[in-house]
Amino acid sequence: MARAAVPGRLSWLVATVKETRDETATARTLLLDVPGWPGHVPGQHVAVKLTAADGYSAQRDYSIAGPPEEERVELTVQRQDDGEVSAYLAGIAEPGDQFEVRGPIGGWFAWHSADPRPLLLLAGGSGIVPLMSMIRTHAQARSQAPVRLIYSARTPADVIYSTELTERASSFLLLHPEGLPINNGQEKRARSVSPLTVTYLYTRAPLSMPDDRPRSYPGRITAAVITEAAFPPAVNPAIFACGPSGFVEAASSLLVAAGHPPGTIKTERFGPT
Amino acid sequence: MNVVSRGFRGRGRDGGVKLPPGQYLERGFPVLQAGPTPPVNTATWTFTVTTETGDSTRWDWRQFTALPAEDVTVDIHCVTQWSKLGTRWRGVSVDTLLDGIQTSAGYVMARSYGGYTTNLPLADLRDGKAWVAYEYEGRPLPPEHGGPARLLVPHLYFWKSAKWVTGLDLMARDRHGFWEELGYHDYGDPWREQRYQGD
Repeated sequence: MARAAVPGRLSWLVATVKETRDETATARTLLLDVPGWPGHVPGQHVAVKLTAADGYSAQRDYSIAGPPEEERVELTVQRQDDGEVSAYLAGIAEPGDQFEVRGPIGGWFAWHSADPRPLLLLAGGSGIVPLMSMIRTHAQARSQAPVRLIYSARTPADVIYSTELTERASSFLLLHPEGLPINNGQEKRARSVSPLTVTYLYTRAPLSMPDDRPRSYPGRITAAVITEAAFPPAVNPAIFACGPSGFVEAASSLLVAAGHPPGTIKTERFGPT
Repeated sequence: MNVVSRGFRGRGRDGGVKLPPGQYLERGFPVLQAGPTPPVNTATWTFTVTTETGDSTRWDWRQFTALPAEDVTVDIHCVTQWSKLGTRWRGVSVDTLLDGIQTSAGYVMARSYGGYTTNLPLADLRDGKAWVAYEYEGRPLPPEHGGPARLLVPHLYFWKSAKWVTGLDLMARDRHGFWEELGYHDYGDPWREQRYQGD
């Protein structure tokens, strides 16, 4: 397992694409085989280095999407319009292709599954990726901490992990099955899934947009959304916010205004202001 | 060992710009920080230099902005691989702040509102290499970029340029700051690609 601090040198390791999966029109998941990879703490990221035939190389950091695993890294990459590395990872790379990675990097924006506090996650766009690692790890560890995710996307079609989130959120009911039968074969799943509530915000969808997700709001994050969908400060949640700078600035300011101590809010941002 | 990534051509060779290894050219100004932007009011803002023997020198905002200021244009390099060229700042040289302060310290811990810290060799803040900047591109430094004032040490990775800086503690012996404790490099020279401990 990875440690919070990273003593010694972080070496470049060879990653081989094992599998790819399109998540949305612009986001793709890559499963990588990485011999020597030590695992990670959810929230940490990895540096990816691509090298062209003439020796030119480019590197970028990407959040890890999967739960901790040795020898294996799962990334989800959002293709940027002018992206050099993301265009390759989310567009060109195929099973069998190779590049280099090193990590895990970062020990601050990291959730440890032994943390019993309620877990409040705020995602803007592809900021969902490290938070998904937390959600998956939470389920794998059978943590009893309640989880609330507030996920801001442009439109319903831009929601990454849409099916999995819906499944994980509805599986919540099976954890507390008073009056509800547990279907055959689902007992194991019922015990292992996370008690997850997801609230969706759609920043570029019409007010009357059709969406079958039960908790969704048009527009950007507001104080009212925080009041309704976030844990209150009184339950002392651990808070992680990840996304474009404007989203994270708005979300963290609203949380502080709602009474959450700044020290409980961990942030990770991408993109220019 | 270099693994060639099939189908990767890259686009960064044009432009004739020499960047540190592993960096790419960014035209925006990304924001990186560990938590919420702390509210810092210039009415109560102070900046304090404390020596290794405990002597301290303090300025309030009015005194600080009355110190001789310099305009500098520098390239900046973030450990998350972006570099931004020709950024324009105005601020007070750390040489000015240390003028007349007696110290034999070798290291500095920069301290910020919100609790952030970062450690540097004192020599890297002297001789025109570092500033406490309060203007960016001709305007007051915005809070998300560290305003009202941040440290500016452009020859090191940008996490050393502590946002919302409120003081420098001079130290006889080096200690880890916030990111350094989490595995980031003690010195952080972008030209030697010193991102993490051991680099």
